[in-house]
Amino acid sequence: MDMLAGKVKLTQQSVNSAMNPTDALARPIRLEARDVTVHYGAKQALFGISIDIPDRAVTSFIGPSGCGKSTFLRCINRMNDTIEGARVGGSIKLDGEDIYDPSLDVVELRARIGMVFQKPNPFPKSIYENVAYGPRIHGLARSKSDLDEIVVSSLRKAGLFEEVKDRLSEPGTGLSGGQQQRLCIARAIAVGPEVILMDEPCSALDPIATAIIEELIDELRENYTIVIVTHSMQQAARVSQKTAFFHLGKLIEEGVTEDIFTNPVHKQTQDYIMGRIG
Amino acid sequence: MATTSASTSPQTAPERTRLIRAGLRRRHRSETIFRGLGMAAIVLALGFVVLLFVDVIRKGVPAFVQSNLHLEVFFDPAVIKVDPAPQTGDFASPAEFQAASLAWQRDVALLNWNRIIEASLRAKLPANTQIDTRELLTIPETNARHQVRELFVANPALLGQTVPVDVLASANAANWIKGNIDRSLGDAQQQMSPAARAVIDAFETSGTVSNGFAWSLFTNADSRAAPAAAGLLGAFIGSLYMMLIVIVLAVPIGVAAAIYLEEFAPKSRLTDFIEVNINNLAAVPSIVFGLLGAAAFINYLHLPISAPLVGGLVLTLMTLPTIIIATRGALLGVSPALRQAALGMGASKTQMVFHHVLPVTLPSILTATILGVAHALGETAPLLLIGMKAFVAQVPVTPLDQATALPVQIYLWQGNENRNFFEPRTAAAIMVLLGVMILLNGTAIFLRSRLEKRV
Repeated sequence: MDMLAGKVKLTQQSVNSAMNPTDALARPIRLEARDVTVHYGAKQALFGISIDIPDRAVTSFIGPSGCGKSTFLRCINRMNDTIEGARVGGSIKLDGEDIYDPSLDVVELRARIGMVFQKPNPFPKSIYENVAYGPRIHGLARSKSDLDEIVVSSLRKAGLFEEVKDRLSEPGTGLSGGQQQRLCIARAIAVGPEVILMDEPCSALDPIATAIIEELIDELRENYTIVIVTHSMQQAARVSQKTAFFHLGKLIEEGVTEDIFTNPVHKQTQDYIMGRIG
Repeated sequence: MATTSASTSPQTAPERTRLIRAGLRRRHRSETIFRGLGMAAIVLALGFVVLLFVDVIRKGVPAFVQSNLHLEVFFDPAVIKVDPAPQTGDFASPAEFQAASLAWQRDVALLNWNRIIEASLRAKLPANTQIDTRELLTIPETNARHQVRELFVANPALLGQTVPVDVLASANAANWIKGNIDRSLGDAQQQMSPAARAVIDAFETSGTVSNGFAWSLFTNADSRAAPAAAGLLGAFIGSLYMMLIVIVLAVPIGVAAAIYLEEFAPKSRLTDFIEVNINNLAAVPSIVFGLLGAAAFINYLHLPISAPLVGGLVLTLMTLPTIIIATRGALLGVSPALRQAALGMGASKTQMVFHHVLPVTLPSILTATILGVAHALGETAPLLLIGMKAFVAQVPVTPLDQATALPVQIYLWQGNENRNFFEPRTAAAIMVLLGVMILLNGTAIFLRSRLEKRV
């Protein structure tokens, strides 16, 4: 655990040194959500969420279970479309373009907004095929060597290449949980998305694998806009520059991560951070 | 009161232990009884399977042996008085040659080939044997003359030559040789005359007749005039055509329907209604499908009666619900995580299904398909209604020719009045059918385990 603590500390330092916390709000806005509501059948799950997601920074959504943070995340790449009876209202704009516009192709949207899920879910194919799948279906590689390059660089960016370079043809499902999750991140990166959504990416992982992924998220921030849903307030504090607190389907408070954790405005936020609700 | 303060129940600790022990005995007893019942059920079921196999094999094995007569056939020019076979070069057009060739073949067929057979049999008789022609000709099967004629038609140069030919012994002769006939019965109760029986015994000692593996069972079509020559090839080819039609039609249609219903169709009253009906169709008695086939394919579409094409279509209709239900079940079992992973990558729904969901479910779909096809292979009732129980003495060349099927052949042979002979043949046909079934099921298991290992 000592090693882990050291790693976490290191991560925190690097966050602090890399970006002045207040910078997050000064960055250009990548995603702009206004009055987003979600109904599952008759039940309303989200009530008028409005938030701006800054470019090339990590934004975390925190809150107790069932607060709607994952639901909101899934609105951003329209994964809620796949749920029977889900209705989404309001607007979400990516670079000023409404992603719920009927003329927008959801396939294109998901190529621009990648997603990493709670439980590592590599395809039951080889490691290579897992990463190559996205570029292949989107027609991003012109030749086999192009594809090889994309696969290798994606695995490198996900910090997995050194561990798997000798067994690219082995099934991705044979990796450890943490490796699988990094494979899923590599798979998402391979398409060259602008935004990466992460739905509690470490909740199924042990502390060491978690620390590795957190470090990776911090590195990816330089090139990608990242939105992460997390149960762990410590994780939100460690990796994100902006934090939004959800409770019972409402966005209670949002702001610079440091402010939220040190100086919350709302009592509910304070209670949650102090461990009184959740 | 330290002991009671720790517990909430009114009993003391030793009392509780005693109660639990008393209950334990009862619980163990009921478990023993249940296990015993389970074992008994398995033993009973296995017992019946063993009984079935032992009975079928015991009855059927003799049919895999045929008695062959080894003859030296002399193509006697004195008997085969026919013009030389027409040659292609002598005619102006192929049509004329065809006509002349058919005329020549008819002339050949009109010859008394039994005289050739008789002569070659007499050549093998021990010296000073008296037997008349009629009695002598009960020894070879009646198809021997066709066999010899076909040899000559295929090669007219045989005229005047003597060649060794193996012909089948007749059913009665074969049964006499195999010892299936009680030799102590009087002449009045015997199928064959005393002279013929004596000749058979003499042939046996001289080696003119011997038993061998019954290839004729696999190379001949059904026959009533020559029961010893009756074989399964016609029925087998009929079944093969039907299986091919089922595989070609039922598998793609069934799998496509299941994929559409499970993955693409909007959930509505209509799809619910369709689903209920598919489940009901799977429970419809198969003979009803036969009735439907007779009405739709034969009466309305005017497809030929007794054809494997119609049989295959009927079996396709029968197998479809099974394949659809099994495929839907397999698709339903795919984890949502895999679907989300694919969709999250920006795969379209079709890509999700064909790149990820279908490969994972392939082993189950394949197994269900093979089992469905095996079920169709064993189906008899609907085939009876579309005329496939006709006696067909030819091997079908196309799926439009008249044919029968393996299970129907079993039904036909079992119903034949010549039971003395047909019982082993029926059992042998059952063995062949069971063999094909076991092969199909084995393939299903093999493919399943292999594909699952690959994933």
